[in-house]
Amino acid sequence: MGDVLAARSQMAVSLGFHILFAVVGIAMPVLMIIAEARWRRTGDAMYLELAKRWAKGTAILFAVGAVSGTVLSFELGLLWPGFMRFAGAIIGMPFSLEGFAFFAEAIFLGVYLYGWQRISPRAHIVAGFLVAVSGAASALFVVIANAWMNTPAGFQLQNGAPVNVDPLAAMLTPAAFPEVLHMLVAAYAATGFAVAGIHGFMLLRDHRNAFHRRALGVALIVGVPAAIVQPISGDVSARYVAHWQPPKLAAMEGQFRTESGAPLRIGGIPDVDAQRTRWAIEIPRGLSLLAFHDPHAVVRGLDAVPRRDWPPVPVVHVAFQIMVALGTYLALLGIWVAVEALRRRDLAANRWLMRAVTIASPMGFICIEAGWTVTEVGRQPWVIYGVMRTADSVTPMPGLIVPFLVISALYCFLGVVVVWLLYDLVMRSPITRDGDGTIAPAAA
Amino acid sequence: MATAIAFVALVSLNAYVLLAGADFGGGVWDLLATGPRRAEQRALIAEAIGPIWEANHVWLILVVVLLFTCFPAVYAGLAIALHIPLTLMLIGIVLRGSAFAFRSYGSSEDAPQRRWGRLFAIASLLTPLLLGVCIGAIASGRVGAVLEQLNSGGTRESFVSMYVWPWLSPFTVAVGALALCLFAFLAATYLTVEADNAALREDFRRRALAAAIAVFVTAFLALLLARWQAPRVSAGLLASSWAPALHVLTGIAAILAIAALWVRKWRIARIAVAAQVSLILWGWAATQAPYLVPPTLTVANAAAPSRTLALFLIVLALGAIVLLPSITYLFRVFKSSPAHEPGAGRAK
Ligand code: HDD
Ligand code: HEM
Ligand code: HEM
Repeated sequence: MGDVLAARSQMAVSLGFHILFAVVGIAMPVLMIIAEARWRRTGDAMYLELAKRWAKGTAILFAVGAVSGTVLSFELGLLWPGFMRFAGAIIGMPFSLEGFAFFAEAIFLGVYLYGWQRISPRAHIVAGFLVAVSGAASALFVVIANAWMNTPAGFQLQNGAPVNVDPLAAMLTPAAFPEVLHMLVAAYAATGFAVAGIHGFMLLRDHRNAFHRRALGVALIVGVPAAIVQPISGDVSARYVAHWQPPKLAAMEGQFRTESGAPLRIGGIPDVDAQRTRWAIEIPRGLSLLAFHDPHAVVRGLDAVPRRDWPPVPVVHVAFQIMVALGTYLALLGIWVAVEALRRRDLAANRWLMRAVTIASPMGFICIEAGWTVTEVGRQPWVIYGVMRTADSVTPMPGLIVPFLVISALYCFLGVVVVWLLYDLVMRSPITRDGDGTIAPAAA
Repeated sequence: MATAIAFVALVSLNAYVLLAGADFGGGVWDLLATGPRRAEQRALIAEAIGPIWEANHVWLILVVVLLFTCFPAVYAGLAIALHIPLTLMLIGIVLRGSAFAFRSYGSSEDAPQRRWGRLFAIASLLTPLLLGVCIGAIASGRVGAVLEQLNSGGTRESFVSMYVWPWLSPFTVAVGALALCLFAFLAATYLTVEADNAALREDFRRRALAAAIAVFVTAFLALLLARWQAPRVSAGLLASSWAPALHVLTGIAAILAIAALWVRKWRIARIAVAAQVSLILWGWAATQAPYLVPPTLTVANAAAPSRTLALFLIVLALGAIVLLPSITYLFRVFKSSPAHEPGAGRAK
């Protein structure tokens, strides 16, 4: 494995790991404050129990998110000093703002988690609300930084160095809006369905368990609207990509030739040597219609750029298909849930619905990993699209395979531990039926 | 403007050292917990760290984003030359933070508790040691030398001489040990204030005094080695015009800290220790000003364009307006009185 590949892999592992925890840090506080607010309003102690248990799980995840994020802020330099030397002054600003958002998040999370007995109920809920807001703000800022890598703005190039640097213009880069929107909605959709899936699974065993019924309700309130909005937001993203990064769109769609009235390909495997995508279902003119809202629009294929500027086409295409397929499933499931809920049916007693919710549990997170693969691998071979190549920004230190393996092993270990701890937490949930009134931990 | 920002960087580093440093020091005392009150000592440490370590940790992030926004060349340069110790330090940070969280929130059974406690404590040793090593390496001028070589295109040197030798020397190790002792000293002193019974307070008083001795030994050692391996530091510390004042102040703070511990004036001791540690940090900064990475990168020649710097200062001011009251609130909620209800605050 070459040094650049090792560095890219290490970055991918670190980011792919961090994003899981970051997403939970964005969305879980929302679930917790909904549960807590319901407890305050109804006096139903089960909601308090729920808020506290979720808080406990979130604390574990948040800690791992914080440390893995710290790793990233060093890795940007450890692996890509060339990139940071070039870009630091331009996009350091969103990272700095992100730093402040973390600060706010960490402070109020401390207050929220440890302050149940120390501060007034109102102050406690406000603290939870501030955690949720600052979590969303962190995501906003860091994704802006990433958007800038896709559509660099706010500077001019002179002899390979940036001049006339304008950090504000850099933050208002065109890709920022669609990426941030899509990412935030993704966080709520993924977390909402992940949590709903866990409790749905427990409800399949016993659909009258009062604890899990309430948990399911709160999780779906967050997950369902987000999942329904997500394909629309994804369409906005795709049109931005079509406009600003034609090679990425071509790779996503497996579009090798430039043509007007290009078909939409569903599934299939791009064959780079033969320059065609095999085994795909083709919907005539579909791509032109979706990407440009005109069935005759010209879609630029990979042949519009030199071969050395192609991203790894199969990876991008397959990742995109996975995201869209699972995203469509989540949106349809969201509609089903919404319809049932509006008709005031008992969701938990509907076994088919609970099965569908249970298998949806990991899907949002898979979408997120797949979506980031599309964004990041689709940008290759550039680290700053059209400006700096990834290979030119890597650290001169040889032997990068070693840190890659070390970090991967460390994260595997942490991942296993986290899963095990959460499993333990879920399995020790209370068994109560509505009407019993008592809360008893099961099999402690 | 660049100088003002460099100043802010130092202030954040100072805050990190005083706050997070004490959290790491707490880990050291967790590892060294002995005697009949071993369990109580550990509980006190956990309670003191729990609500605040993540917020304390953010000071480090602030230093990092500040460096890469305002002094990108410095950030890139340090990341190249100090790749190995920084990576090791990160591993320490990851294990420390997650082990602590696993212990606090995971299963309350005995065996896993002890396992995570051990990992938390060992990782707490690693990070301060390496932080000290990195600072020592920068101060010694060897990091700067490596960067000069890279700039002139001369990467013929062997791997070891480029990426290991600059940070691994008796001097840097001595600075690492000094950092560790200082953090332990900080933690023990703070814990005398936070302990809720006299016996526990005495435990930490004894530990603080022992740490004070260790600080003297390692500081002396580092100074001796500096003459040989970091001439700029030793020249600054021995010969410059401000040196005597600095030494006198640091000495006063050190003596005051020990005296206050001796006569059990806990709050005074806490202030004095914090002052002592801060003075040592500022002393280091003063020896290498105006260099950020001697002998190449200065505050002026590594600074980002002035537009970025100005914007950063504005953001910083806005951030301070929002965050300083929040931090004050956090510490008021959790640090105003010794915990009356042990464990009550935790979401169980
Ligand atoms: C729950 C998660 C989730 C779901 C259901 C979807 N996505 Fe997505 N997608 C993401 C989570 C995500 C993401 C991980 O959050 C990405 C990576 C970068 C970003 O901004 O969002 C992303 C990126 C991303 C991009 C690339 C943007 C870029 O490169 O700048 C496109 C074109 C789409 N998505 C399109 C879609 C479409 C058409 C979907 C229809 C169902 C869809 N996404 C569902
Ligand atoms: C290069 C990319 C990234 C860097 C350098 C980075 C850096 C960091 C750092 C340093 C922290 C720790 C803050 C603390 O101490 O509390 C953190 C946490 C966090 N990051 Fe990232 N991050 C990156 C990518 C992302 C992305 C893509 C998202 C969003 C979607 C995100 C969202 C968050 C959130 C919400 C938190 C706080 C909550 C938590 O830890 O669970 N980060 N990140
Ligand atoms: C958390 C969500 C993210 C994930 C899962 C992710 C994923 C990836 C992946 C898979 C790669 C390797 C691409 C390849 O080598 O083919 C990569 C590279 C990279 N990413 Fe991201 N990314 C995320 C967010 C970000 C953000 C927010 C930033 C920064 C601002 C960022 C900066 C980089 C850089 C600098 C590289 C290395 C250079 C390159 O390969 O282009 N990423 N990321």
